[in-house]
Amino acid sequence: MKPSNFEFARATSLAEAATILRQAAGTARVVAGGQSLGPMLNLRLVQPSILVDITAIPELTHIEEDADGVVVGACVTTSDIEDGRVRVEELPILASVAGGVAYRAVRNRGTIGGSICHADPAGDWLPTLCALAAECIVTDGRRARRVPIDQFVTGAFEVTLEPGELLQAIRIPRPSRAARCGYYKVCRKAGEFALASGAVLLDGERERFRAAIGATEGRPVVIADARMVLEGIPRPGAAVRLDERAANELLGRAGLTTPARLHITALARAAAAAMAK
Amino acid sequence: MRAVGLTVNGIPVIETVEPRMHLADLLRERLGLTGTHLRCEQGACGVCTVLIDGQPARSCITYAVLCEGAQITTIEGLEDDPVMAALRQAFTAEHGLQCGFCTPGMLITARDIVSRLPAADERRVRLELSGNLCRCTGYVGIVRAIRRVLEQRRAGALAVSAAEPRRLGPVGSRRGGPVTGAASVPLAAAIGDAAPPAAGSLLRAVIAARVKKTFARLWGKFRR
Repeated sequence: MKPSNFEFARATSLAEAATILRQAAGTARVVAGGQSLGPMLNLRLVQPSILVDITAIPELTHIEEDADGVVVGACVTTSDIEDGRVRVEELPILASVAGGVAYRAVRNRGTIGGSICHADPAGDWLPTLCALAAECIVTDGRRARRVPIDQFVTGAFEVTLEPGELLQAIRIPRPSRAARCGYYKVCRKAGEFALASGAVLLDGERERFRAAIGATEGRPVVIADARMVLEGIPRPGAAVRLDERAANELLGRAGLTTPARLHITALARAAAAAMAK
Repeated sequence: MRAVGLTVNGIPVIETVEPRMHLADLLRERLGLTGTHLRCEQGACGVCTVLIDGQPARSCITYAVLCEGAQITTIEGLEDDPVMAALRQAFTAEHGLQCGFCTPGMLITARDIVSRLPAADERRVRLELSGNLCRCTGYVGIVRAIRRVLEQRRAGALAVSAAEPRRLGPVGSRRGGPVTGAASVPLAAAIGDAAPPAAGSLLRAVIAARVKKTFARLWGKFRR
């Protein structure tokens, strides 16, 4: 199918993008790589009045690193991360998650910011970045605010952006060198959206034990202290033991039919993947 | 309507398009480059895969207006490419196509595998091919053909140009200047000043010449 007609604007600064978005009063859609929006437009699931191309805004491909973390511009593509053009030494998980997102031809245009703003529960970046306790840097063209990613996403395909706001960057905290991360998605064909997914960060040095379960009915289920479902801290080499009852209770509260076998399997395998390396 | 300037198979083109026109329609409907196929139009099947700034990308979910200043290479533009020549031979030898519908997209992806992943084994080849669907399910021959060319590359029998450094961000995007103001140009006016048609018609002339040449060759064969 072909999209219904829309206008087009290309912004070259954050302020300009924000102005266009504000003027459109909620009827505009931001486009970066367009790899999620394109199918939605072609299927006429969205019919915006105007498309605002943000890829010419220099800040959006900006990378900033310090001791505490790395700030990744929203227009950095998944293949930029897959190939290591953007990398965080302590987080090899980023490249391995990137390699499993859709297909190379999609990853060459699809952006990390676009994936988050699209907020498909079955996407790969959301649960991964929730487990890593990432923050979204949102701008209205003048001021920026920081929102934890699990609060930035409010539901399936829903985020907290106001008209006139856009996602500028994602800040990922740097874990310790000893930290272990894992991601696992259940799907029938390589590159597909997840039927269920799990992500874990186990960082004893920083006292951070987080997990997230994706492909739920809404936003990812974030487990702030993964020890509650992991029956303690897994040791390298030892088998991962999961408290299925506790996990099912969390998933049931998030609206999933329990026992949520696939989701629990995804989480267990994510933890196992973290401990295997 | 908007004028969009891009380079297709080395030839500069300026076309006036609706913002909703995707790149594949521009290539097929405006430039007559029907080697790029279209099927699902939602990024899943891979038949519309072309090279944008030298990298494979989906032309069905990439709108033409997003490609201002981009370098587009379609299957027609890879006739003299050494990797593509080796792939064409291998696809023939290994029976890598049946109906041929997926072949242009398969070849573009295959070229990416051979160029980017010289060490790829069968498992990796199959993984990288997961975004290209063959409706005849003829994957065995396709995988064998790609592995044959990979072996040629590993044996040093195939020259592959070194990867160019890439800028961060979506391939094909970022280069365009500002386009502001939401007002659209009325259709008639846009067609009236149909921006520098020279480039577009140059491409058409090149295509016409090639079609003529092929026709003459076939006609010659027929007469013999």
